[in-house]
Amino acid sequence: MIRVLLPTHLQRLANVGREVQIEVDGPVTQRAILDALEARYPALRGTIRDQLTYKRRDFIRFFACGEDFSLADPDAPLPETIATGAERFMIVGAMAGG
Amino acid sequence: MSGVRVLVGTRKGAFILTSDAGRKKWEVSGPHFAGWEIYHINGSPVDPDRIYASQSSGWFGQLIQRSDNGGKTWNPVGNKFEYEGPTGTHQWFDGSQHPWEFKRIWQLVASPNDPDLLYAGAEDAALFRSADGGQSWQELAGLRNAKGHLWQPGAGGMCLHTILLDPANPQRIFIAISAAGAFRTDDGGQTWLPINHGLHSPYELPDPSAEVGHCVHNLAMHPARPDVLFMQKHWDVMRSDDAGYMWREVSGDLPSDFGFPIAVHAHEPETIYVVPIKSDSEHFPPDGKLRVYRSRSGGNEWQALTNGLPQSNCYVNILRSALAVDHLDSCGVYFGTTGGQVYASPDSGDHWAPIVHDLPAVLSVEVQTLP
Repeated sequence: MIRVLLPTHLQRLANVGREVQIEVDGPVTQRAILDALEARYPALRGTIRDQLTYKRRDFIRFFACGEDFSLADPDAPLPETIATGAERFMIVGAMAGG
Repeated sequence: MSGVRVLVGTRKGAFILTSDAGRKKWEVSGPHFAGWEIYHINGSPVDPDRIYASQSSGWFGQLIQRSDNGGKTWNPVGNKFEYEGPTGTHQWFDGSQHPWEFKRIWQLVASPNDPDLLYAGAEDAALFRSADGGQSWQELAGLRNAKGHLWQPGAGGMCLHTILLDPANPQRIFIAISAAGAFRTDDGGQTWLPINHGLHSPYELPDPSAEVGHCVHNLAMHPARPDVLFMQKHWDVMRSDDAGYMWREVSGDLPSDFGFPIAVHAHEPETIYVVPIKSDSEHFPPDGKLRVYRSRSGGNEWQALTNGLPQSNCYVNILRSALAVDHLDSCGVYFGTTGGQVYASPDSGDHWAPIVHDLPAVLSVEVQTLP
């Protein structure tokens, strides 16, 4: 069971709370988490990554275990603590103020 | 006719303003989609309960929302806007060529006959069509063949911001793009003709009468006379009496012919409205006086409408999609400002009053006349 944290706007869009729990088959990677998340909450399609290129949207960040995984290979396995649910996979709207 | 519903898109959400036919007491609902940019929120002409909204954000991209109950509840529909085939490139600000990139939907217009058929105008400029109530979208890619490689973004982006559907001929659509110009299809969107003859842009284009490249800000049409078009260009208010084959200037005695929106009275096809803005570098009303100008002669002779509008220290802008009319017997006129006011006139512009004062900057205003 993977625990995913969503930013406020995406919580409203998917009509869920701050944390959602999803199941991932096979290796736990960024891509696998996002595939499972979008399958369960179709309203989120296109809001985290491009629907055609699957490229992360510029102002979205992925944090977990105190690290920034935004620039990591989306097919690289994530830490075991995310796969077990001990740590949460955080989807964050990047700071873009001014 | 029992009332009106004013649909307001702002920088930080949508608002729905409702009144009976008196248009004096208003109920305000919103913000809907709080925190998101709502470039356009627009209803179906045949089903007032059906409303579409373009919801976007620099963080989370583009969504399309649909309501089937007059804006009480909403559901996201399709947001997959895929350009058809190789897009090629368009001109960039520095004159180089730049690939097409989808950014957002500026305008949503539903068919006058079918609530499930609608069109979406995109940045980078493209027209998308949905025949299933917004669930899926197909680009009408023939538009790019109208010299797309010569189009270039205006300051607001290379946006397809205006869509006019000919109510008498479903095959005919007019659109406008900044900064490419106006275009028309007579075959439902397969092929497109630039319709910019008569436009003159000496300060914007090296060839002032170029076939494409003009910064058209808005088009308007009266549904009873779909061959007569009115245009607010970057500078110049223009008119065509032959479906865009030829344009002539009708700026006449306006204090400035720069502006963004233009609209036609619901019952008087020769009565048109603009809101003059001082200049391309000073986007506010001349002399700090917020004045709507009305021509009852289809242009050239203009009358300032000021009753109820601020006549000093007013430095807001009125964006291209933020002026609309209702279809009640006494035609109502509405506009929103970048200062967050929405003004209404229940008598064709003679008297104005604010409905709301303090919304986020208004991007668009549409009006539904409720049965």
